[in-house]
Amino acid sequence: MSATAHLPPGLPRPVPEPDGLDVPYWEGTRRGELHVQRCRACRGWQWGPEWICHRCLAFDLEWPAIEPRGRIYSWERAWHPVHPALRGHGPYVVVLVELTHAGGVRMLGNLLGDPRHDVVIGAPVEAVFEPHDEAAPPFTLVHWRRTA
Amino acid sequence: MSVPRTIRGRVAVVGVGETAYYRHGQAPEPEVKLALQAILAACADAGLDPRQIDGFASYSNDRNDPSRLAAALGLPELRFSNMQWGGGGGGGSAAVGNAAAAIAAGYADCVVVFRALAQGQFQRFGAASPAATVSGEQALTFPYGLISPAQRFAMRVMRFLHDHGIEPEAQRAIALASYHHAQSNPRAVMRGRPLTPEAYDAARWIVEPFRLFDCCLENDGAAALVLVSAERARDLRRRPAYLLGVAQGSEYRNGARGHNAPTYASASFTTVAPHLYAMAGVGPKDVHVVQSYENFTGGVLMSLVEHDFFAPEDANEFLTLDNLIAPGGRLPLNTSGGNLAECYMHGLELQIEAVRQLRGESTSQVPAARVAMVISGPMVTPVSSMLLGTKDVL
Repeated sequence: MSATAHLPPGLPRPVPEPDGLDVPYWEGTRRGELHVQRCRACRGWQWGPEWICHRCLAFDLEWPAIEPRGRIYSWERAWHPVHPALRGHGPYVVVLVELTHAGGVRMLGNLLGDPRHDVVIGAPVEAVFEPHDEAAPPFTLVHWRRTA
Repeated sequence: MSVPRTIRGRVAVVGVGETAYYRHGQAPEPEVKLALQAILAACADAGLDPRQIDGFASYSNDRNDPSRLAAALGLPELRFSNMQWGGGGGGGSAAVGNAAAAIAAGYADCVVVFRALAQGQFQRFGAASPAATVSGEQALTFPYGLISPAQRFAMRVMRFLHDHGIEPEAQRAIALASYHHAQSNPRAVMRGRPLTPEAYDAARWIVEPFRLFDCCLENDGAAALVLVSAERARDLRRRPAYLLGVAQGSEYRNGARGHNAPTYASASFTTVAPHLYAMAGVGPKDVHVVQSYENFTGGVLMSLVEHDFFAPEDANEFLTLDNLIAPGGRLPLNTSGGNLAECYMHGLELQIEAVRQLRGESTSQVPAARVAMVISGPMVTPVSSMLLGTKDVL
């Protein structure tokens, strides 16, 4: 487990879907990159992943890397530990981040910093990649922190 | 000749029944036995021989499948078996609608809608599953500690409260109304445990913006309703509660993964509610009493907005305890105590309470209630809602 993990060890580990749909996303995070879907036919953005473009119905989606910045669209501060790994921890903040430069797709993650601080909807944030190199298989989470 | 495509006035609920309601994990009987007891209770209420049942409808992957129930009950034949897609309580009204559609279409004559839960014998909803790895939607949420239903939905509600400047007292009023009504309901798990505004405010956070009393219970028990055609209902002993309309579904791309629904701060009823009113031929001002599924109070708040009972900008003014309680409130809400304080029967206790209101048999009766609404499962997809009426409104 990474020495700098934001949440305690023992939470469920992410693995790509068996059918391969979201493999480019998870592989991108390992390189410290944020990838989402974009349709080659209509150039529309898409997230979460799907096999087809919901706008033009082309099965022709690419996975460009996008600038890992956005604004807080919503948030929550969790206190009650719903998983054994979270007992005695908390609170912690989960944010939903809107990436307006990529069609307004939204990404989830923890907001780094003091979890008791006020959280402001609309505030700018940037991604912080949290590698878990010792996990089997290894994975990387994507958190967020406030920028000026 | 064109036949009108509506359920309005064609099918009625003629019997309702439930087991005793238990605290989570406390049911003394196996879940399937609870289901059978509730079905027999509903038939007894209707004055119908259980052998007349020829169909079943349920939702949320109820574990008690119709073929087993039909064999257990010795039914002469099974003609309709239906499971509404989707988890949570979103299928509660849809299951009634599906049963009614089967009757109207002639697939079956006497259909039971039921739900049974004995979670002590199975997995709880509010606790994380023990899986070591997750994929798909869960891979985007679980590793960040966004796991339980409360955590999933707090994010939607937080944005709605932000967009419309809604104060914590609005959610509080919804919780207080349910606890208020539970105090006069002998079936209610929380009878004898009244909730004060001070106790609500002092309760711990589960996940902001939800405190403890914003969150539903988890309970054990079973509930059932019996439906027959309107013609047949007239010959039975109980006052029929006629379906005026049912609608289910959700808006554009509600199911987009990773919290990417375009209409995000929604209870999922923005497209469903207009269909409901159009079929029923009534508007929000005609509704005398509302049962609205409380997974979390913020979901009830958005459900009421989307069913056009008040504008979001008026939520702070509308959502007061006085406005929400029987007999004299502007919109009596969850008059049995609902999921918060009667029983988390996965919302089917709300359908039963709507029928009791139309019979004049509620323990928190709204005088001369003739139109009752049930709203099922906010913030999931698909959701559903329904309107019932007495024969006076047909």
